[in-house]
Amino acid sequence: MQKAVIQLEPLVCPSCMQKIEHAVKLLNGIRQDSIKILFNASKVRVNFDSDKLTVGEIEKAIETLGYEVISSKVKPA
Amino acid sequence: MQKFILGKKNQITLISAILIVLAFFSRFALENMDIFHWSLIIASVLGLAPIAIQAYQALKVKVVSIDVLVTIAVTGAFLIQKFEESAIVTFLFLFGAYLEQRTLNKTRSAIKELTEMAPESALKKMENGEFEEVDVDDVDEGDILLVKTGAKVPVDGTVLSGEGYINEASITGESVPVGKTVDSQVYAGTILENGTIQIRADRVGEDTTFGRIIELVEEAQDSKSEAERFIDRFSKYYTPAVLVLGFIVWLISRNVELAITILVLGCPGALVIGVPVSNVAGIGNGARNGVLLKGSEVINDFSKVDTIVFDKTGTLTVGNPEVAEKEFYGENIDEVQAYLASVEKESDHPLAKAVLKDIGETNLFTVEKTEVVKGGGIIAQVNGRRIAVGNVALMEKENVALSEKARRDVERFEQKGNSLVLTAVDGELKVLMGIRDKIRPGVKKDLQKLKRLGVKNLVVLSGDNQGTVDLVARELGLTKAYGHMLPEDKSAFIKKMQAKGHIIAFVGDGVNDSPSLALADIGIAMGSGTDVAIETSDAVLMNSDFSRLPHALGLTKSTARNMKQNIIIAVGVVIILLASLIFSEWMNMSIGMLVHEASILVVILNGMRLLRYRLRGRLA
Repeated sequence: MQKAVIQLEPLVCPSCMQKIEHAVKLLNGIRQDSIKILFNASKVRVNFDSDKLTVGEIEKAIETLGYEVISSKVKPA
Repeated sequence: MQKFILGKKNQITLISAILIVLAFFSRFALENMDIFHWSLIIASVLGLAPIAIQAYQALKVKVVSIDVLVTIAVTGAFLIQKFEESAIVTFLFLFGAYLEQRTLNKTRSAIKELTEMAPESALKKMENGEFEEVDVDDVDEGDILLVKTGAKVPVDGTVLSGEGYINEASITGESVPVGKTVDSQVYAGTILENGTIQIRADRVGEDTTFGRIIELVEEAQDSKSEAERFIDRFSKYYTPAVLVLGFIVWLISRNVELAITILVLGCPGALVIGVPVSNVAGIGNGARNGVLLKGSEVINDFSKVDTIVFDKTGTLTVGNPEVAEKEFYGENIDEVQAYLASVEKESDHPLAKAVLKDIGETNLFTVEKTEVVKGGGIIAQVNGRRIAVGNVALMEKENVALSEKARRDVERFEQKGNSLVLTAVDGELKVLMGIRDKIRPGVKKDLQKLKRLGVKNLVVLSGDNQGTVDLVARELGLTKAYGHMLPEDKSAFIKKMQAKGHIIAFVGDGVNDSPSLALADIGIAMGSGTDVAIETSDAVLMNSDFSRLPHALGLTKSTARNMKQNIIIAVGVVIILLASLIFSEWMNMSIGMLVHEASILVVILNGMRLLRYRLRGRLA
């Protein structure tokens, strides 16, 4: 289990949060209840299973939606 | 391709603005309807592209977003050849989003300033003994780092060599530089103003004091109150419901224009953004002014506080008591003082420190059989004699008889607001000391401000004797004062007041008061920023600055009011729009979109006012 903190470009519309949350939720290996989208800080915090998923795949899911990923950090949870 | 279009949103917005202007120019000045139509068609298609892409992305992850509503509405308008409407609506939607981004960045600026103070690089000692610049993330605990003049301290650590002066304003709010030498503690995010030091990293990254403060503020600005969670749930169903409503209207009336107008008017716009905007601006203002507020729930509760309970020592007073008066009874004063000093040396009670300071250098004896009497004092065996040091209650317990003169002295000392320390040797009173703590400068004025902000009860609870506490209460104009309170008495008192329906804030220094801090509706820690109390309380006054308290209360009141205003604006706009669609002729898609975007800007600008909030000096 690993914990990722992904910094995004500044989020503007709150429906972005919904979109990002759903998109990340649909990935295999995500701890569903751990997803936290911080609107004002424009960050995504999520725990995931590192056997099934890499942080790169999470980033890609978010970028496909059209939100730029600025940086990300991964720590053992 | 998608990414390219989304990345060029601002340019697209500009081009569609130019096209719309061109269209109306050619219609009214050149009277050329071809250019008019074609300009609008191009503007519509161009403007719709990024919105449609966002809508598609949203639907792919099963979210009906505002983009979806707008895309359907604009497509509909386009199909029934209402190019004027489709062009203007897409333009307004894009331009609104642009303005929202700009203004939102402003509201977030206060907190951003704080996070940007985080150190980014460090000079780390490598295996070859040379220092090399590395990213702060690559520093581990135990690494040796070099900090040069003007640089930020990258981690929490201990000075190994060198000396210098450090500005710790980012942690304590105090901008007078602090001298550091070998073995001094240094904190991440502080700035070495002069000198050069080598430090050992003790805590890195998010574990540093600065890291914890940032994480706390970041969590706080995005924490949600009950009301917000309700709005979130609501908007999840609201947007699809508007879509369904539009569809039903179309089914019944077969009027495409009416149906798509409903889609635009029903956009939830300002509702979802109103509260978070107030929240981030309010917390940002606090962070800038030495008040850490932990989230919107705290803001709501804090704004309703009608009773504030204070700890005395270290909160209302400076917390540095000194011996103000003393009386000796009998002979051998030096010997008795030596016994007293020996016993007090064993204690870390603030009064003991004051006693030791007053006595100064003296012979120390070995102390045996030390017994601490809770709420009383200390009893110990020194040089074969029984020494009792403590308050009047302890003397009674020890059956120490007080002479007529001693009784009068006790009374006199208490009236002057002294805490009493009595010393008895073998059951006979020898010394009476009156110890006083200075009231923090400016506290009286701050308390008056709190009253003016609507706080009804200002209560002080203290372990000190009633005389001292009464005196402080009289001097400061507090409504109630209770002495002889142990920590458990304090929390019992808070429970009792809460049962009577009061909303209580407790202000304490967070060490011995943690039960009360946790129990009160709002626990406010007087923190120097390095305290663990930061984590247990709801709000922190940085650098133990009492004068921040009225600001904090005023700010939470303004922020709570601001949130309500924003909710009213948002709900009001939707109601007025839908009502005017039914009852008036002039409502259409373009006006609806204009009003929506305007209302979003209004709530953001309204929230932004909080950044400038300052407690007005209404003191006569």
